Amino acid sequence: MQQPNHSTHSTEYSRIGLFSTALPLLLFAGLCILWPHVARGGVYSVEWPWMPSLDVILHFRLDGLSLLFGLIVTGVGFLVTLFAAGYMAGHAHTGRFFVYLHTFMLAMLGIVTADNLLLLFVFWEITTIFSYLLIGFDHESDTTRDNAKQALLVTGGGGLALLVGILLLKTAGGSLTLSDWLAYDQQIRQHPFYGAIFATMLLGAMTKSAQVPFHFWLPNAMSAPTPISAFLHAATMVKAGIYLLMRMHPLLGGTPVWMGSLVVIGGVTAIWGAVQAVNPSDLKRMLAYTTIMGLGILTMFLGGNNTASLTAAATFLLVHALYKAALFLAVGSIDHQAGTRLLEQLGGLWRAMPLTALAVATATMSMAGFPLFFGFIGKEIMYQGALTEEIFPHFATTITLLANSLMTAVAGIILIGPFTGKRPDPLAEVVEAPLPMVFGPGLMGGLCLLFGLIPGWVSDYLIEPAVRAFSVVENEVQLAIFHGFNTPLLLSIVTLTLGGMVYFARKTVRSAVTAVLDALPITGQRVYDMTLKGLLAIAHGVADGLQNGSLHRYLLVTIGVFTLTTGTVWWLNTDAGTLRLQPVDLPVSHLLLVSLMAVAILVVVRARSRILAVSALGMVGGGAALVFLVYGAPDLALTQLLVETLTLIIVSIVLLRLPPLPGTPKTVPVGRWLDGLVAVGTGVVVAGLCMAITNGPIDRQLTAFFEHNSYIAAHGRNIVNVILVDFRSLDTLGEITVVATAGLAGYALMAKRRQ
Amino acid sequence: MRSHILQAATRLLVGLILVFSVYLLFRGHNAPGGGFSAALVAGTAFALFAIAEGPGPVRQALRIDPRVLIAWGLLLAVGSGLIAVLTGRPYLTGLWWTPAVLDGALAVGTPLFFDIGVFLVVLGTILILLLHLEEH
Repeated sequence: MQQPNHSTHSTEYSRIGLFSTALPLLLFAGLCILWPHVARGGVYSVEWPWMPSLDVILHFRLDGLSLLFGLIVTGVGFLVTLFAAGYMAGHAHTGRFFVYLHTFMLAMLGIVTADNLLLLFVFWEITTIFSYLLIGFDHESDTTRDNAKQALLVTGGGGLALLVGILLLKTAGGSLTLSDWLAYDQQIRQHPFYGAIFATMLLGAMTKSAQVPFHFWLPNAMSAPTPISAFLHAATMVKAGIYLLMRMHPLLGGTPVWMGSLVVIGGVTAIWGAVQAVNPSDLKRMLAYTTIMGLGILTMFLGGNNTASLTAAATFLLVHALYKAALFLAVGSIDHQAGTRLLEQLGGLWRAMPLTALAVATATMSMAGFPLFFGFIGKEIMYQGALTEEIFPHFATTITLLANSLMTAVAGIILIGPFTGKRPDPLAEVVEAPLPMVFGPGLMGGLCLLFGLIPGWVSDYLIEPAVRAFSVVENEVQLAIFHGFNTPLLLSIVTLTLGGMVYFARKTVRSAVTAVLDALPITGQRVYDMTLKGLLAIAHGVADGLQNGSLHRYLLVTIGVFTLTTGTVWWLNTDAGTLRLQPVDLPVSHLLLVSLMAVAILVVVRARSRILAVSALGMVGGGAALVFLVYGAPDLALTQLLVETLTLIIVSIVLLRLPPLPGTPKTVPVGRWLDGLVAVGTGVVVAGLCMAITNGPIDRQLTAFFEHNSYIAAHGRNIVNVILVDFRSLDTLGEITVVATAGLAGYALMAKRRQ
Repeated sequence: MRSHILQAATRLLVGLILVFSVYLLFRGHNAPGGGFSAALVAGTAFALFAIAEGPGPVRQALRIDPRVLIAWGLLLAVGSGLIAVLTGRPYLTGLWWTPAVLDGALAVGTPLFFDIGVFLVVLGTILILLLHLEEH
């Protein structure tokens, strides 16, 4: 839609894109080499230590489920890269695009092969971040940026929930390694944390896999370039939540709360996505809603605890990935060649784009579930699964039936709308997309048919090993072209009939759906908007209140909070009675020093001239330096004296440029009383703390260590300096980084003022 | 308004103070001093210079932008720790080299370079603030 019409130079392709197809292709080939062993039930496992003390290990494990996902990720990844090489040709940032795309792909591969839960989480977050970057790829548009941010916040928030779940699981069972968990098995379901673990993990899966009520980010994510929508938001990333549920199934699944919530959430999501899919005129948005439906169906079947139901989930995963990626890419081709993807502007394209039309035809047939296509097999097993669901089988069957009927209707709209009828005049010049862009949809469309013809092979080599990896297979459920005359077949026929009826009544259905959507008082999108607005308002309130630009306010707040919190904690934790003033014999010189400082302080407070105040303040500082010197800390004294000197110079430079102070007011304003209170309070708390510390015996262990080792280990007699640059040099490094940052920030502030 | 007395005194003092600053920097490991104090001392020297002659001549005499000083200081501090990593020890481990001259009384170590890094960062920061305020 926003894409310019490239039909005049349609032979162009991005070289970097074609070149980078090597990465997914090699990974796919690598998985193919490991395939036979895994298909027979074997497992590959490698590990390297990363943070062993935290139980974070780079532990990768390839079993049947990882293989199925891995093949989808790398296979679709290859075709999408190839497609994007044509689609993105001429774009200003192709290099960046392919780096994002492949980093995402590697992270996705990481998710499905990680055996360590925190490792999985790291990859999970990487996919979230790269999804953000890819959705916002056309970052010059405000809407695109908002949509990217929305996806980031929703899926990122879910990611945090997932992290909590992982840590709870670690607390409950002691291990972060997924394969270890099989040993614990039943115990975790009885653990008091079970509910919390399940809820947080479910939240992670629901946000990532766009389940109602978190589904709204997915249609908005369609502002990403089409190859990205095909890859991330149809075939892979949104399936990460599904993957998580599958992985957790042997661990957390099978309880009433698991089955109940998954079936209901999945069912509602499926029907909600399917109903809305009929509505949009933008083909991409339409596909996005069908993806929500697909994700709902997957979640619903993972709520089951029997082989049929889980096989249905695994099969539909593959069915959906194939037809949905093919359709997205084909819509991308249409958009690229015709310059629009709005239904009402398209028509009669089959003559202009015959190969794309063929790909769409096979993919939509699979989507609608016509016999001989892979989708038909998926649907049969779905009905079988729904009928045997442990909880709410009638609900599940009804949802499946309705959702599939609506899918059939949508499939019809996608196939018949753009390709048949009269071609509108603006589309007269449209030609077929270049070869790299036809290859992907064509191949996946072909697989939709091929897999439908050899279901036994698919079952043995892909579905069966995957299902075995996350459940105990009691009675094998074989995929077949024809299962005989049974209830699923009857339901399939009903589905196609119903779908046909919806297709012909699509205008009525659309207006009804629009009316219902408008009448809804509350939607996820609106809640999201309100939350975001409220958060921003709170942040503004806090920031404006604290950071009003007045140095006086900053110091008052900082020092006041310090005194209040320190004082409170101290007060609560000690007996005030233990603090005794001990009589000490001070020489007269010391008393003189202290009284000199006291007088200087009085001058600071009462002075009506800035220079006088600053000089008196310098005197206080100098007095402090003398105190350090008297009590045997020459290093401190030296530094204190130097800091005082420099402060005095710098502050004088500033003060000379300020207007003079106002004359003495008759009454002291309230603000000054507050300042005084904070100042005196801070003095009292700090002095009290010092006394409390020196009252008790001092632990000299560290001092002894430094005294002993300073010269032997660090060649230095000045312990203070040795600590600074050797024993605790990392702290110093942090401190000088702060100093440097402060210097640069000051520079930026002053340079800005000068302009 | 420039004071001739101050300018004349500055010419003498700045050099002396800077030499003292370097002295503080190098003796810091064994006696009061070190990179931070040395940088403060050098800072006062430049402050004196700036008050007497104005910020322009100070920048000319410096030749290096204070921001570059900060960058080099951080690089030196970070880099001095990396030498230990190259020899397989933890980051920022102090490594020492005692040449055979002076009966081994002279020891050169990576903490010295770290301290010089501290010196440069602190001095750079002081100079940025000082010179900018003077120029306003």
